[in-house]
Amino acid sequence: MEPTNDQDPNYFHQVVDCQWACPAHTDVPGYIRLIAQGRFDDAYLLNRASNVFPGILGRVCDRPCEPACRRTRVDGNPVAICRLKRVASDLKGDIAEFLPHAPSVTNGKRVALIGAGPASLAVANDLLPLGYDVTIFEKYDRAGGLMRANIPEFRLPGEVLDAETQVIIDMGAEVRYNSPVESMRELLAQDFDAIFVGVGAPKGKELELPGRHDDAGGHIHIGIEWLKSVAFGHIESIGERVLIIGVGNTAMDCCRTSRRLGGRDVKVMARRPREYFKASPWELDDAEEEDIEITVNHSPKRFVIEDGRLVGMEFDIVTWDEGARHASVLETVVIECDDVILAIGQENAFEWVERDLGIEFGEWETPVLDETTLQSTLPQVFFGGDAAFGPKNIIWAVSHAHQAAISIDRLCRGEDVNERPPLTMTLASQKMGMTEWSYHNEYNPSPRQQMNHVELTQRFAALDLEVELGFDAQQTAREVQRCLNCDVQTDFTASLCIECDACIDICPVRCLTITTNGEEDDLRGRLNAPAVNPDQAIYVSSPLPQTGRVMVKDENVCVHCGLCAQRCPTAAWDMAKFELDIPYAGNFDILGKSRAAHVLTRS
Amino acid sequence: MSSPTKPLIPLAVLPKNELGLTVRDYEGAMSTLCAGCGHDSVTAAITQMYFELSMPPHMIAKLSGIGCSSKTPTYFVRGAHGFNSAHGRMATIATGANAANRELSYIGISGDGDSLSIGIGHLAHLMRRNVNMVYVLENNGVYGLTKGQFSASADIGSRSKRGVPNIVAPIDPIMLGLSMGATFLARSFSGDKEQLIPLLKAAVAHKGLALVDVISPCVTFNDHEGSTKSYRFMREHEVKEIETDFVPWQQEISMPHHKDDAREVIMHDGSAVRFRSVPPGYDPRDRQKVEEYIRERHERGEIATGLLYVNESSTDVHEMNNTPETALSKVPFATLCPGSAALAKLQEDFR
Repeated sequence: MEPTNDQDPNYFHQVVDCQWACPAHTDVPGYIRLIAQGRFDDAYLLNRASNVFPGILGRVCDRPCEPACRRTRVDGNPVAICRLKRVASDLKGDIAEFLPHAPSVTNGKRVALIGAGPASLAVANDLLPLGYDVTIFEKYDRAGGLMRANIPEFRLPGEVLDAETQVIIDMGAEVRYNSPVESMRELLAQDFDAIFVGVGAPKGKELELPGRHDDAGGHIHIGIEWLKSVAFGHIESIGERVLIIGVGNTAMDCCRTSRRLGGRDVKVMARRPREYFKASPWELDDAEEEDIEITVNHSPKRFVIEDGRLVGMEFDIVTWDEGARHASVLETVVIECDDVILAIGQENAFEWVERDLGIEFGEWETPVLDETTLQSTLPQVFFGGDAAFGPKNIIWAVSHAHQAAISIDRLCRGEDVNERPPLTMTLASQKMGMTEWSYHNEYNPSPRQQMNHVELTQRFAALDLEVELGFDAQQTAREVQRCLNCDVQTDFTASLCIECDACIDICPVRCLTITTNGEEDDLRGRLNAPAVNPDQAIYVSSPLPQTGRVMVKDENVCVHCGLCAQRCPTAAWDMAKFELDIPYAGNFDILGKSRAAHVLTRS
Repeated sequence: MSSPTKPLIPLAVLPKNELGLTVRDYEGAMSTLCAGCGHDSVTAAITQMYFELSMPPHMIAKLSGIGCSSKTPTYFVRGAHGFNSAHGRMATIATGANAANRELSYIGISGDGDSLSIGIGHLAHLMRRNVNMVYVLENNGVYGLTKGQFSASADIGSRSKRGVPNIVAPIDPIMLGLSMGATFLARSFSGDKEQLIPLLKAAVAHKGLALVDVISPCVTFNDHEGSTKSYRFMREHEVKEIETDFVPWQQEISMPHHKDDAREVIMHDGSAVRFRSVPPGYDPRDRQKVEEYIRERHERGEIATGLLYVNESSTDVHEMNNTPETALSKVPFATLCPGSAALAKLQEDFR
């Protein structure tokens, strides 16, 4: 194999599994260490630099970081990254003066953002400090988008949402509430320098089955519409027996909300077996804790309506072949109910974008976009969040927003949108003494801490009673030490190595080998412990000075304990802290330092 | 400054041996030797060797004297018996222990100072008596624990860290062994576990004294230019013409080999040492040939490694003394020490 190029920021970035998996590339180990030190303000600000909504995401993020977490490969359970983020948010003090501010004079460029959801707000967060004149068009009377309309308050309290959306608006965005954009043509005519579409995927999918359009007395609901009506106070009750069709995260919100509005016998009906569910495992657990029955292998067939009243729904009970591709029907049953909520997905709705404006749409009614710049085929129009590539999640919306903001900024400066600012990194040795490091390198065997919930008996008292109580001080103290500090990298200098084997002998997971070079497949098979995880890179050094062999490291289960560097007599191994300097709109100065570095003076 | 510990990471992938133990079960306390010390690599090789042999830890007795080398038994097989004796006296303690309980597998770890200076008399007699044990001599050419004076194994012309050359003739433990009647003599290098581990296994299988002289660089006082026991010097001057494989007795012997140079030594326990290659005319059972070969290599400035001499048909200390098959420690006291009447009778026989 060719020697690994560890000067490419993306090599070490990949080693930080959580940061790599996060669409916004949040510096997770960095903020967990700050929490460990009790520096909650700094932890919050470091989060905010990349993900903009730490308080919100600390509760309802889809957490792509957690399945990726190295700790999963070591003891089976990831670090509770999301919960720790919430700790930073809950315990932070007054951070107002450390937040970005808009200059007193605007730069004369006007940007329109459509929808006041996470995508648009994150764009505003990036553009306002640069002096842009930002106007947000919002269809409802409050900001937040899906975070307001679709996520129930028992998961995301209104005050958390208000605080983090308002702080951006207060930077100086003009928000036009109750102002849905009904024609892109009209908006284009208002001569904005750039337009960002962040309207989400607001249309709940229909289930066209017999009886759907019969008069059911208004007892068949579309999931996200229904959640929105609950959120805005238009619906305050539901029948005792509720069926939820679909088993994604929206279905989980629907069933748990039903329990709080009077539903006693709430069933989630799934067509396929449990391993094919779209809902996040923890959301399924939380729903089942609330006595919600999840029924598998029931394929909806028709709505049973008698005398203008919904009485139940008919299902085929099916059995699936391997891989759950084809189903065969075993029998047909009718399950009685008072209400049905359809939560089988959502889709984009761009009927307000005229098709002769130069904005092209592809299959599934999604706009044709450049995946990096988020630019549409009409140069001054950009899309982000669920509006861009169909339903994803909040953290993806934030990631799109950062990229779109860079694009908008470049466009307004008259620069090439396709030329992107470089991603850079800082590597700094953490050695403090013979056996001392500036990070807590000892492996801590604590198990993952369990979140405490409000007692079931009290939980349904109010719709806005937050279920998760957050980690207490002890849980936090334990959980932060479970983080393996993957950002403190094993940094190898081949020219210093004397091949004494000390690092290999000390490694507690046997991830190091000195051997003759070979092709990757061959090399992976003859390491001290075979490198069995093809998703994880193996590091190969340049030839070692004494024998010409190579140092090989399997990144898979390295626990970043630093013992290799501690036992290295020549400092060929060092533990160096990796910081990814992510470029954001407008702030790639000559040093290439990111906003995180500007905002924080970190140790 | 806290001493680091090697954490136990609960990975499921660690392989297990026939006893269901992992290599971590054959480890000991954390080494406090200098980072990069050759002795730590020898420790790792011993750990791996016992793991691969599936040796029950309680059947191992590890002994040592004084010196950096003699600290190392602490760092492997925490479940074994251990004795850290006075300087140079490991050989005597081992002889006594072996006399009392012949059922254990003995391993003594010593250094060039402990073995070739203060302890050389005891080592010589240990070899003469052919005590059934593995004797690992971690050889770095300096007294590391007293800050790097030349030891008795330092070569003439080898320079100290300050640049002063050694002018006193070295003692080669292998040559000493050949003249003292040792029955298993091997040399290896701490930086070459591929060679060292099979040699150690053969040493454990050997009946009688198995001396393994391991060149184990002192990274603090003897790893500089001008040293003849540095990592670099060994890599540039090591000659590996004698290559052996260790074949455990359970394993079917099916490896292909050349007729001409195929030599196989069946060990006492039924395992085998197969010589994969030897230099032309070399016979590892011929003392004179071995001596000539080592001398010749030495004069060329080269260090010959491998299993240099082996004699599996010799008698060990127990056979010489006609002791019972059972360990003396298990013989009932009354039998072992039959009383003054029996003594008087014995003495009468000699009148």
